[in-house]
Amino acid sequence: MKTITNALSLVCVGLLASTTVLAADVAPNDVKFDGLSVNESLTGAAGDPDSGRKIFSNRKQGNCLACHANSDMNDQLFHGEVGPSLDGVAGRWQEPQLRTILVNAKAVFTEQTVMPGFYTLEVGADVREDLIGKTILSAQQVEDLVAYLMTLK
Amino acid sequence: MKKHVQQLGVAIGVIGLSFASTSIVAEPVDDKLIIDDEIEMISRAKAPEGHPLPEVISGWHYRTPETRAIETDTFQNPGMLGVEQGEEIWNTVEGSEGKSCASCHDDAATSMKGVGAAYPKWDEDSSKPINIEGRINKCRVENMGAEAYKFDKGGQKPLTAYIKHQSLGMPVELDLSQGEMQSWWDQGKETYYKRTGQLNLSCASCHEQNNGKYIRADHLSQGNVNGFPTYRLKQNKLISLHNRFRGCIRDTRAEFPAAFSDTLMGLEVYTTWRGTGLSVETPAVRQ
Ligand code: HEC
Ligand code: HEC
Ligand code: HEC
Repeated sequence: MKTITNALSLVCVGLLASTTVLAADVAPNDVKFDGLSVNESLTGAAGDPDSGRKIFSNRKQGNCLACHANSDMNDQLFHGEVGPSLDGVAGRWQEPQLRTILVNAKAVFTEQTVMPGFYTLEVGADVREDLIGKTILSAQQVEDLVAYLMTLK
Repeated sequence: MKKHVQQLGVAIGVIGLSFASTSIVAEPVDDKLIIDDEIEMISRAKAPEGHPLPEVISGWHYRTPETRAIETDTFQNPGMLGVEQGEEIWNTVEGSEGKSCASCHDDAATSMKGVGAAYPKWDEDSSKPINIEGRINKCRVENMGAEAYKFDKGGQKPLTAYIKHQSLGMPVELDLSQGEMQSWWDQGKETYYKRTGQLNLSCASCHEQNNGKYIRADHLSQGNVNGFPTYRLKQNKLISLHNRFRGCIRDTRAEFPAAFSDTLMGLEVYTTWRGTGLSVETPAVRQ
């Protein structure tokens, strides 16, 4: 019995980490935009590009591959074409701008963009009840992705 | 330098985007949908006035050659089993009045020809639009003394498929001048463009702005409804229209409305209109 509850609370901690804001993180509503840039890391630290690479293709996380082709992932069968290919994206944008694109794509593109905002509470209507007040990705996941995108030269 | 250019590009994008996103479209397959070498289907039609796209295109054109081939042959089309099941139900006596559908409507090939191509219709009694599923339930309750089918249960899907199949090949055409159909169309249009869920997407984000493109493994179509109930190979069964609506809304990570709710009835009226001129394909085959 005890092991079950322990296991459960472990699972819960894992879930919480990905959805709620950790104390050190910049909260979604406190992210500072400087024009097209978000200059400071949302976690105060650099992200992990290897983790970012996984988040990129994971359907339950970034699922970036749904809309973007990426030659670095030619091992994956299906690449979407709703957005541009991200090959060489680090040569087109600087790190602070990539962070902005990930936090809230609307801040860089137009209100009409179909790219979701991954660290914003500016979302659509009728959000699924268990997701209200939550962002798609955590601050850490966004930083990991930023670090990964910076490797796509 | 490159970065400056890109930023300029973004600024221009504000104006250019809506143009860009509809013009860079991978072509849906150029092919003719002919069923059993006999019935030539209208699978591309000039859009009705006020439609945002120039041409309405059946979802058939966006599917793989294998999936497309199955629909051209009624013996291969697994959705036809549902249609046959619907025919059996049509002729089965149920309810306190001791009647079947056939008792009053005789041969569906005659009495139901064209009916499915013109639904939803205005229903005076409820002062709302009514779809085929609703009309079946109305006859069951009022004319047969039987219970209404619950959503997707009992004979609802096969009987709807059977009735719609009687209009195979006939072009979809709604009469929006009936009752208050127009205001339900308006409401449906609002739903169509409303961005929902954590992913913040509307029907138009996928089916209007991006049809013709791949979203991961799925080739996005215009989201037309002329083939419903459709047979989905992935799920191995007939899928009703309101089930599809709910699935697409759920995928934006939103709460989804109840089947046959006012919201989804408005959406059915509006999306049916968007496919005006396309042949009824029921039971269409999709991935
Ligand atoms: C629903 C589709 C969709 C998803 C999912 C999506 N994007 Fe995008 N993204 C777009 C579109 C569309 C654009 C182009 C901007 C526009 O036209 O609005 C874009 C633009 C970008 C750009 C700028 C590209 C350039 O070359 O200028 C980057 C970087 C980017 N996305 C990263 C990501 C990452 C990382 C993820 C996953 C966390 C992601 N996107 C998920 C649709 C999407
Ligand atoms: C007791 C007779 C009776 C029975 C039994 C009956 N119906 Fe009806 N049905 C009617 C009448 C009356 C109408 C209305 C005709 C009209 O409005 O023109 C109707 C209308 C319909 C319509 C709409 C036709 C149109 O042109 O819009 C459909 C579809 C339909 N019935 C299906 C069924 C089905 C399916 C069953 C069996 C589950 C069934 N009916 C059983 C009497 C019956
Ligand atoms: C994230 C993208 C996305 C959104 C948003 C979306 N859909 Fe879909 N829809 C799909 C995909 C993928 C399919 C399967 C491939 C296809 O036909 O486009 C599909 C299929 C459909 C079909 C079946 C088409 C056929 O030929 O059988 C209909 C109808 C439909 N959608 C309606 C809607 C409506 C109405 C909305 C808004 C409430 C909506 N969709 C929102 C992605 C989306």
